Amino acid sequence: MSKREQLKDDFLESRLIRRRLVLAAIFTVILLGLVLGRLYVLQVVSYEHFSTLSDSNRIRIKALPPTRGLIFDRHGVVMANNLPTYRLEIVREQVADLDATLEQLRQYVEYTDQDLKRFRQSSKRRRPFESIPLRLNLDDAEVARLAVNLHKFEGVEINARLTRNYPHGEHAVHALGYVGRIDERDLSEVNEVEYAGTTHIGKLGLEKFYEHELHGSVGVQQVEVNANGRTLRVLSESPPIQGNNLHLTIDSRLQRVAEEAFADRNGAAVAIDPTNGEILALVSMPIFNPNLFVNGISYDNYNALRDSPERPLFNRALSGQYPPGSTTKPFYGLAGLEARVNQKDEKTWCGGYYLLPNEERRYRDWKKEGHGHMNLNDAIAQSCDVYFYDLAYRLGIDRMSEFMAQFGFGVKTGVDSTGERNGLLPSREWKRRNEGMPWFPGETLITGIGQGALLVTPLQLANSTAAFAVKGTRYQPRLVRSVEKIPDYNMIDIASRVTGRYELLKPKNWEHVHNAMVNVVHGLRGTAQGINRGMEYKTAGKTGTAQVFEIAQDEEYDEETVAEKLRDHALFVSYAPAEDPKIAVAVIVENGGSGSSVAAPIARQIMDAYLLEKS
Amino acid sequence: MNQSLDSDSVSITRRILDALRLDPVLLSLLVILALFGSLVLYSATGSDQSAVLRQGTRILVAMMLLVAAANVPVRMLRKVSIWLYLGGVGLLVAVMFYGEVGKGAQRWLDLGFIRFQPSEILKLAVPMIVATYLADRVLPVGFKELVVSSVLVLIPVMLIARQPDLGTAILVGSAGFFVLFLAGVRWRIIISLAVMFSAMAPLLWKFALHEYQRKRILTLLDPESDPLGSGYHIIQSKIAIGSGGVYGKGWLNGTQSQLDFIPERSTDFIFSVFGEEFGFFGSVVLILIYLAIIFRGLYIAAHSNENFGRLLAGALSLTFFVYLFVNTGMVAGMLPVVGVPLPLISYGGTSMVTLMMGFGLIMSIRSAKRFLV
Repeated sequence: MSKREQLKDDFLESRLIRRRLVLAAIFTVILLGLVLGRLYVLQVVSYEHFSTLSDSNRIRIKALPPTRGLIFDRHGVVMANNLPTYRLEIVREQVADLDATLEQLRQYVEYTDQDLKRFRQSSKRRRPFESIPLRLNLDDAEVARLAVNLHKFEGVEINARLTRNYPHGEHAVHALGYVGRIDERDLSEVNEVEYAGTTHIGKLGLEKFYEHELHGSVGVQQVEVNANGRTLRVLSESPPIQGNNLHLTIDSRLQRVAEEAFADRNGAAVAIDPTNGEILALVSMPIFNPNLFVNGISYDNYNALRDSPERPLFNRALSGQYPPGSTTKPFYGLAGLEARVNQKDEKTWCGGYYLLPNEERRYRDWKKEGHGHMNLNDAIAQSCDVYFYDLAYRLGIDRMSEFMAQFGFGVKTGVDSTGERNGLLPSREWKRRNEGMPWFPGETLITGIGQGALLVTPLQLANSTAAFAVKGTRYQPRLVRSVEKIPDYNMIDIASRVTGRYELLKPKNWEHVHNAMVNVVHGLRGTAQGINRGMEYKTAGKTGTAQVFEIAQDEEYDEETVAEKLRDHALFVSYAPAEDPKIAVAVIVENGGSGSSVAAPIARQIMDAYLLEKS
Repeated sequence: MNQSLDSDSVSITRRILDALRLDPVLLSLLVILALFGSLVLYSATGSDQSAVLRQGTRILVAMMLLVAAANVPVRMLRKVSIWLYLGGVGLLVAVMFYGEVGKGAQRWLDLGFIRFQPSEILKLAVPMIVATYLADRVLPVGFKELVVSSVLVLIPVMLIARQPDLGTAILVGSAGFFVLFLAGVRWRIIISLAVMFSAMAPLLWKFALHEYQRKRILTLLDPESDPLGSGYHIIQSKIAIGSGGVYGKGWLNGTQSQLDFIPERSTDFIFSVFGEEFGFFGSVVLILIYLAIIFRGLYIAAHSNENFGRLLAGALSLTFFVYLFVNTGMVAGMLPVVGVPLPLISYGGTSMVTLMMGFGLIMSIRSAKRFLV
C-alpha cells in the first residue's frame, strides 16, 4: 500500500518505460527475423520447388460441380433427373480478342444479349482459366457447325454437362418447382466455394426448399495445363459428391389424373393422406413446362407465361387464397354441437332468407324459395345457408374463429415448399387492427357460410379436411417422404409431424357431422349425389360455391349473363373411404360455377384413381 | 559568427520541416516506403496508372493529415482523447444498428457524403485514452489501473470483433495493450494472463470464433484442405513468393502475379507480388525499411520527456509492427488469413489515413520536447 502512495518519480518511471521499449524492440527484431527466416525457406531453400510450380505454372485448380440429386415420386418414378447437354464455353485467358471472337461466333451459333450479359457476369467471379458458358443447350446442328470450325477459335470449347431435366414436362410442375441459372442474389445466399462451378440453383418449390439436400458437394481437380492452357493431365482429384435424392409423397400417376380431370379449367386440387399428412397430389392449373426455365427462358416465352390472364406461373395450391364458401359448414356444424349451441335434431325454418333482429337487410339462401324445416344433417347435405346464418348468429364470431383456428384456418400449414400463404381467419381483433373498425353482426353471418373476409389456400383446405377426417389430428403436410443420402444411399425417412390436435368433447358430435357429409354424396337430396353413381366406396364430402363478386340486394345471380371471370368459384372437399379415410381432397375450380357440378367430379376421379388402383 | 554558421549549415528544408514540426528521419523513411509502394502497386494492379494515381492522391491526403496531426500540441491530445474515444465507441454502436453490410460484415457507416469505418478511429483513440489515463499514475501500473485500462481496451475490441472484423480488432487490442506493457505491467501478471489465455483457447475456438475464422486457421495448417477457398490464396501466394528466388523475377515480370493467380493481389496479398518480383533480397530491404520506421518511433518514445508521450509513441510504433508482422506472416503462410493490409503499400485509403495520422502524433510528441525544453 505504502509503496503505491509514493510520489511519482519520473526518473524511475522513464527508466522502466525505456527498459520495456528496448524489450519490445528486441521482440520485433526476433519476430521479423522469423518472417525473414520463413521467406528464406520459401525463396532460397525451396526456390527450385516453387519455381517449377510457377514455371510450368500450370497447375490449375478446377471446381467440379456436383450432380444434382434426383427426385422420385412415391413409387420410384423419376420426376427430375440430369441429362447431358452441350454448352459453348470460353476460357478468357486463351482468347486474344474477346469481342472479335464473340462477334465471329455469331456466324455459327445464335446467342442473345441475355446470354452475353450472363457470360460477362460470371466472368467476374471466375477463377483463372475457368471456362465460362456462353450458350447452354446447343442443339445437334449447332454442335456440328461449331465442331467443324472450332479450330479457328482458340479458347472456345464445346463441353457436355449434366443439366436438370423434368421428364414429365409440365406435369407436377407446381409440386416440384424448378431450377434456373444461378444469379448474384442466389450466390449471396450460399457458400460460394461450394457453388464454384455450379451453374444452376433451385428457384422455386421443392427444388428451392431442398436446395441444401439436392445440391451436393463440390469436387476439386488439380490439373496440369500447357502454355496455352489446354489440360495435359490430371494431377489429383477429389470427386464431387452427388446431391441427395428425394423421394416424394406425390403419386405421379394420381397427379396426372388430377391434372387431366381439370381439362381446360383453372384451379387447384390437393390430395392428402389424412393419417400422416403426406401430399399425394398437388395440382395448380394451368401448368407450364419447367424445362423452359432451366437453360434460361427466352424473353418471349417468359412474357407469354407472365402476361397470360390465366396466370400459369401462379401456384394456386399454395399461394392462391379463396373464400372457402360452404365447405366450412361441417366445421361450423361441429362447432355448434361442441359448444352446445344447437342440437343434432333441432330444426330451423328456412324460408329463403334470414333477418337479423332490427335489420332490414335480407341474408339470402342460395335457394330462393327456401329449404323448409332443416336439422343439422339436412342443412349440411343440402347446404342450407339460413340454418348456418342462424347457427353463426348464436355462436358468435369469437367462438367461430377460435374453433376454426384449431383446424388450421388462418395459419400456414408449414409445407416443405416455397410460396405458401396464410389464408385469413377474420376475428374482432383482426378487423380492429386492419380496418380500425368494430365487427358487425352481419359479418358473422357471412363468415358462417364461408364468405366475407375468410380466405383459405387449397392446401390449407385439404389439410383441414384431412384433420376433420381423422377427428381432429392435424399433420404438417409434406411433399418429401424420405431423403436418400449420398454416397451411402441411406434412406432417411422424414417423420410425420402433428401440428394440432382438437380433442372432441363428445365423439358423437363428430359422427353426426360426418354422417351428414356422407349424405352430401350418398343422400337422396345431397348436393353432390351426382357423383355417387358406381362409386365402390363411401365418401364424405361437402360442396361449396364462393362468390367472386357481391350481387346487389335485389339482383339475381344468373350464370349465363355473368362474365366468366366474375363467375363463382366451385369448391369441393371430401375424404374416403368414409369409415376409414385414406385420402382427403380439396378441389377449387376458378369461375367454375357450382361446386356440385364441376368440382365434385374432379375429386371423384382423384379418389377413384387412388383408392381403386391401390387395392 | 555563430549565427551565420548556423544558418549556413541548417538547410532551408530543415527549417521548413521544423516549422511544420515534422521529423525528417521518419518523414523520409515514410516517403521512401510510399514511393516503393507505388511501384509495387503499379505492378500488382496490372499496370493500372489510374489506380496508382488514386493511391497517390490518398497518400497526399494522408500526408496532409499527418502534418495536421503533428501540429496538435500534446496537451491538446490528452484533452481530446476521451472525446475521441467516446465518439468512436458511440459510432461503433451506431454501426451495429445502422451500418452498411459489405462482404458479410457490418463495418461501414454511411454519413451521406462519406463512408468510413469507425473502427479506424479507435486505432488511435484506444492507445491515446489508455496513455492519458496511465500518464499521471504511479508506474509500474497497479491492479486497479490494469483493470480500468483493460476495460477501456476490451469494449471497442469486442464491438469490432462482433462486426466481424478480426484484423482490426487485433490491431486495436494490441495498440491498447502495448501501452499497458510499456507502462510496466508486472511480468507475473503478463505470464499468468498468457497461461490463462492458452487454457481458454479451446473455449474461444468454440464460442468466440466464426465458422469461417476457424476454417481459416485450419486451412493454414493444411492449405490443401480448402483449395477452392482461402487455401487457394495461401497456395498461390506461397508459389508466387517462393518462385521469386533470391533476386526476384524483376518488376512487372511476376508470372504468378501478372497472370492473375493471386487473389487480392493489390490489397492484402500485395506482399506476394513484391516477393515474386523482388525476391528475398528485396524482401530483406523492405523489412529493414519497416524496421527503421519502427525503431525511429521507439527512439522518439524513449526520448520523450513525459510518460504520455513515451507510452503513446511507443504503442503506435509497435502497432505499426503488428500490421507488418500479421500481414507478412499471413502472406508467407505462417499466420491465418485475417484482413490486415501491408501498411502504406496495400491499395486502399482507410488504413493509410490512420497510419499516417499515427505518425503525425509521434512527430507531435517529438516536437513537444524540442519546443518545451
